[in-house]
Amino acid sequence: MAEKFDVIVVGAGPSGNAAALRLAESGLSVLQIERGESPGSKNVQGAILYSDALEKLIPDFRDDAPLERHIIEQRMWVLDDDSFVGTHYRSDSFNKEPYNRYTMIRSQFDKWFSERVQKAGALLICETTVSHLLLDGQRVIGVMTDRQGGEIYADAVILADGVNSLLAKKAGFHPELKPKNVALAVKEIHFMPQEVIEQRFGVKGDEGVVIEMVGKITKGMMGTGFLYTNRESVTIGVGCMLSDFKNQKVTPYELLEQMKQHPSIQPMLAGGEMKEYTAHLIPEGGFNAMPDLYGDGWMIVGDAGMFVNAVHREGSNLAMTTGMHAADTLIELKAEGKEFSKANLKRYKARLDESFVMKDMKKYKNMPEVFHTNPQFFNDYPDLISQAARTMLTVDGVDKKTKEREIRKSFRQRRSLFGLMGDAFKLWRALE
Amino acid sequence: MSIKVEEKLFQNRYKVDSGRPHISIIDEDKCRNQCEAQACTVCCPAACWTMEGNGQVTVISDGCLECGTCRIICDEHQNVAWEYPRGGYGILFKFG
Repeated sequence: MAEKFDVIVVGAGPSGNAAALRLAESGLSVLQIERGESPGSKNVQGAILYSDALEKLIPDFRDDAPLERHIIEQRMWVLDDDSFVGTHYRSDSFNKEPYNRYTMIRSQFDKWFSERVQKAGALLICETTVSHLLLDGQRVIGVMTDRQGGEIYADAVILADGVNSLLAKKAGFHPELKPKNVALAVKEIHFMPQEVIEQRFGVKGDEGVVIEMVGKITKGMMGTGFLYTNRESVTIGVGCMLSDFKNQKVTPYELLEQMKQHPSIQPMLAGGEMKEYTAHLIPEGGFNAMPDLYGDGWMIVGDAGMFVNAVHREGSNLAMTTGMHAADTLIELKAEGKEFSKANLKRYKARLDESFVMKDMKKYKNMPEVFHTNPQFFNDYPDLISQAARTMLTVDGVDKKTKEREIRKSFRQRRSLFGLMGDAFKLWRALE
Repeated sequence: MSIKVEEKLFQNRYKVDSGRPHISIIDEDKCRNQCEAQACTVCCPAACWTMEGNGQVTVISDGCLECGTCRIICDEHQNVAWEYPRGGYGILFKFG
């Protein structure tokens, strides 16, 4: 007789770890299955950690979590080929504990998180890939792994298997992802001495800076670039919608390489030693592209459920929060002696609807479509804004009123008056 | 600009499952005769996919970053058989 658990959690990323931790703390028997050699070895993120979601799970996480720098300054850059226009927001209030967000290195963070999960009593097996779900009719009753005698049974399976979500797809719970609903991000990590980072970014101690970028670096594709400061390294990356990569025939590492050569970016990487190159898909289809989240004996959490807020660059916090709610749903049902049927697991969705997760997913539900159908936001505007700044800041004997007229004219020529008004309206509606 | 992606991938850590590629083409003829875009050969971030001189597309998944791009980008033909590597094999991110 094969072993049977209350719950099997597939995956040891933020959503799977959140779920497994919660379940184990409540005394349910939990098996967590991870395909990497250790938790984190298959996982990729920018990476920014938002404290709030983790705090709800592990209030004292700051005591020993491997955190890099707390963010005290956020820069937003709009780039054209040789310049950027930007805003910097830096506040000493971000230097007051408890800090709100940190940069982190996922392979280290996930390992730490998993140790907490194991301490709580969950059983973790690594180097094991789940090949498919075991079904009894429509009901999930366990998983098939690539280990010998690989069948393992449970009353519920939580699918925390990441953006590709192969298991739910194979079981027929949702169709294949569409290129327009995922972004492809590539990034590199460049190591340099701590003092260099402090000097270069104007920080001291554990203070850190993040830079988010839009503009010519994405060649008109819908996407953003980013640069994050870690303790002794800088992460640089760029992500764009996969449909845009496909339609415009862009090679991702060439895009990244060109971005690194930008005259405003190159100096920040100078002298660094590149130690890893990664690629990852981000499920950015939003609310309208979300799959079914639960059924008889199963629930989907994290990236697998398309829980990403692309506008606010949030994902791992949604992953942890959905993992937590999935677990709490099972804990509640178990306490009531109810089975993990589809009808009962509806409570998971109800919990999410009440939380910030679904509220935010719904708020931005039209955003992906607006950007897909209006490439000018990633194409024309960065150029125009940069030109406008250059025009106003170049002292060349032309009076300022004439310069303003030139700028207005350039906007009208590129987008027309109705186009400009329409764009403002579209953005407002999508963000409303 | 000509970028050698091999130099990037060289920095990464892999445990290759020799002789057991986790990605394969379902119908090679489809790539050659029915697919014009062959986007996999352009958009794979690890350059695992190549268009050969005779128009055939080939895949060598040793340097694969396990992102899923090739499978999703082949949406018209759905001609990519894509599994995760066996447990413990494939890319092993040092930092992620």
